[in-house]
Amino acid sequence: MLTIAHSLKKTLAATAVAGALLGALAGPATAADKVKVGFVSTLSGPSSALGVDIRDGFQLAVKLNGGKLGGLPAEVLVGDDQFKPDVAKQLFERNIKRDKVDFMTGVVFSNIMLAALPEALDAKTIYISANAAPSSIAGKECNANFYAVSWPNDAYHEAAGQLANQRDMKSVYLLAPNYQAGKDSLAGFKRTFKGQVIGENYTKLGQLDYAAELAEIRAAKPQALYIFLPGGMGINFIKQFVGAGLSTTTTLLLPGFSADQDVINPVGPAMSGLFNTAHWSPDLPNAANVKFVAEFQKAYNRMPTLYASQGYDAAQLIAAAVRDVKGKLEDQDAVRKALKAARFDSVRGAFKFNSNNYPVQNYYVRVVGSDGKGGLVNKTIGGPILKDHGDAYVGACPMKP
Amino acid sequence: MLFIEQALNGLQFGLMLFLLAAGLTLVFGVMDMINLAHGSLYMVGAFLAAWLVQQTGSFVWGVLGATVLTALFGMLLEATLLRTLYARDHLSQVLATFALILILNDGVKMLFGTDLPLSAPAALDGPVELLPGLMYPAYRLLILGVGLALALLMYVVVSHTRLGAWVRAGANNRAMTEMMGVNVKWLFTVVFGIGAGLCAVAGALLGPLLAVQVGMGENILILAFVVIVIGGIGSIRGALVGAILVGCIDTLGRTVLQQLLREFLSPQWASAAGPAIASIAVYVFMAAVLALRPQGLFPARG
Repeated sequence: MLTIAHSLKKTLAATAVAGALLGALAGPATAADKVKVGFVSTLSGPSSALGVDIRDGFQLAVKLNGGKLGGLPAEVLVGDDQFKPDVAKQLFERNIKRDKVDFMTGVVFSNIMLAALPEALDAKTIYISANAAPSSIAGKECNANFYAVSWPNDAYHEAAGQLANQRDMKSVYLLAPNYQAGKDSLAGFKRTFKGQVIGENYTKLGQLDYAAELAEIRAAKPQALYIFLPGGMGINFIKQFVGAGLSTTTTLLLPGFSADQDVINPVGPAMSGLFNTAHWSPDLPNAANVKFVAEFQKAYNRMPTLYASQGYDAAQLIAAAVRDVKGKLEDQDAVRKALKAARFDSVRGAFKFNSNNYPVQNYYVRVVGSDGKGGLVNKTIGGPILKDHGDAYVGACPMKP
Repeated sequence: MLFIEQALNGLQFGLMLFLLAAGLTLVFGVMDMINLAHGSLYMVGAFLAAWLVQQTGSFVWGVLGATVLTALFGMLLEATLLRTLYARDHLSQVLATFALILILNDGVKMLFGTDLPLSAPAALDGPVELLPGLMYPAYRLLILGVGLALALLMYVVVSHTRLGAWVRAGANNRAMTEMMGVNVKWLFTVVFGIGAGLCAVAGALLGPLLAVQVGMGENILILAFVVIVIGGIGSIRGALVGAILVGCIDTLGRTVLQQLLREFLSPQWASAAGPAIASIAVYVFMAAVLALRPQGLFPARG
C-alpha cells in the first residue's frame, strides 16, 4: 500500500514537472510586447575591436529609434564569447533556452559562429549575421533561419581580384594563413583575377613575424601583393612590409577589413595610399549612411568601421521585419518573409537578399587618405567595382526565391 | 641576395630565442628547476618597456628600464617563491610555475590591460641598403646588433669572470660548488635576475615587431625549451648554437622548403604539405638530436 502511494506520488510529481516544462516551452500565445535580441560577439582580447564596433553600431540603431526596434521596445542581451567557440555555444544556448530571444546576432568570426549556430537553427531561432558569412551556409547548407546582412566571405577577395585587373596588374603574390578561410579567400581572389599568380604562401594562423615571407616576396618581384590576414596578423604584416621597404616596389592590395579604422590607427601613416575593397565606406553619399556616420561619431567619438556599419544594418533589418509584421513575432513565416524583403535603407545603399539569404550588393574600391584633421580615413574611388554581386555558391542552395 | 636576407632573418630570430633560452638553461642547469613562467617574464618585460616608452617618450630608456625592473622582479620572485621549489620534484615545479603563468597573465591584464602599443623608434622605421640590392629593415639590424653584443657579453661573463666560473661550477656539480664555499643561495638569485633581464630585452625588442599582449610568452617559451634541449641543458654555448639553429631551420622551413616541395610535388600537394612540414621542422630536428645525442650538442655536465 505504502509503495503504491509512494509511486503514485512520484508519478504525480513527475507529471507536474513535465507540465510546467511544457508550459514554459509553449510560451505566451499573445502578441509580443517587446523584441528580445541575443547579441553574442568577441568583446575582449586582441580581436575585441571588431566585436565592440558591431555592438556599438547595433546599439546606436536602437538608441536612435528611442530604444525600440520596429515599434516594439527592444531588449538586447549582450554576451562576450571571449574568442572561444565553446563559450559562444553556451551563450547561444542560454539566450535561446532561458531568455527565449526572438533573434540572435553579433558573432564576428566564422569558426566561432559555425560552432554556435546549430543552437539557434535547431531551435528555429532566426540568426542575423552581422559579419561571418561562410561559403558553406551560402551553398548546400543554406538555412531559412539564417540571414547574412554583411557580405559573403569570398566577396571582398573577388572584388580585390577585379581591382587587380582594373589596375592592370600582370603578376600577383598571395599570402594567407593556413586554414579554411585563408584558402577560401585566395580562391575568391583567383576566381576574378585574370593575370598571373606568381607565388602563393600559406603561413601559420596567428603568425606575427613575417620576415621570411617578405624576403620571398622581395625575390619574387610581384607587381602586386594581396594578403588575407585578419586582425593583429594584418597589422603586423603591413608594418613589417613598410619597414622592409617593399612598399616602394610592390602595390599592396587589401580586403577592406585589413585597411579599416581598427588597422589604420595602430599602423599609422604607413597606411596612407593603400587600396582596398569593401561593400561600405564612410563616405558613401546615401542619406542613411551620412546620418549613421555623423551619429556614430557623435555617440562614440571615433570613426565607424565597416563592422559598425554591419551592426547598425543588422539592427535596421530586424526593425524593418518587426515593423512589417506589426509586432506579431510568433508568426515565424511572416517574420522570415519580412526579413527576406529587407525593406530598410541600408547604409551601404542598394541591398537585397539572394535566394540563399546572402546579400546581392555593390562592392567599392577604397583608398586610405587624409581626413583633413591629421588622421586617415577610407574614401571610395570611382563607381562600384562589382555591381549587384552575389556569391558563387547560391546554385547549390536548395531554397527557392 | 635572398639567401643572405633569409640568413639574417634566421640569425635575428635565433638571437632573440637565445636571450630567452640563456636564462632558461641556466635556471634549469644550475638550479635543476623547470621554470614554465620564464615566458611570463618575457611578457612582463615587454609590457614594462611599452609602458615606460609611453611615460618617458624614449625607446632606449624604455628598454633599459624594463630590463632592470624585470631583473629586479625576477630576483624578488626567486627569493620569495621559486626558492622554496628547488627541493621539490619536477612535477611540483611545473605545477607551481604554471600557476604563476596564470597569475602573471591576469596581473598584467589588471595593471596594463590586454595589450599595449609599442612602436620602433621612427628613425629605424625604414629599410637600410646593406649591399647593392640588399635592403634590410633597420630595426631588425638593431635587434641583430643587440643580440650579438649580449651573446658576446654572456660569453665573456661566463668564461672569463669569477661569477661565470661559479655558474659553470654550479651547473657542473652543485653539491661540490657549495662545499667549496660559494654562496649558492645568492648565486641563484643573481642568475635568476640575469635571466629575467635577458627575457625583458627580448620582449622589449620584439614588442614592436610582434605585439605586446597578454599570453605572448607562452608560444615562444616552447621554442626556448626546444633550444635548450638541442643545445644541452645548462650550457650557454649550447643555448647560442641551438637558438641559431632553430632560428635558421624555422626560417628555411617557412620558405626554401616550401619552394623545394613545389619543384617535386603538384602545387596542390605542395601547398598542403609545405606549411605542415614547416611547422614541425624544428621539432623533427629536436627529435633527431635527442635520438643521436640525448644529452644535447654541448652538455654542461660531463
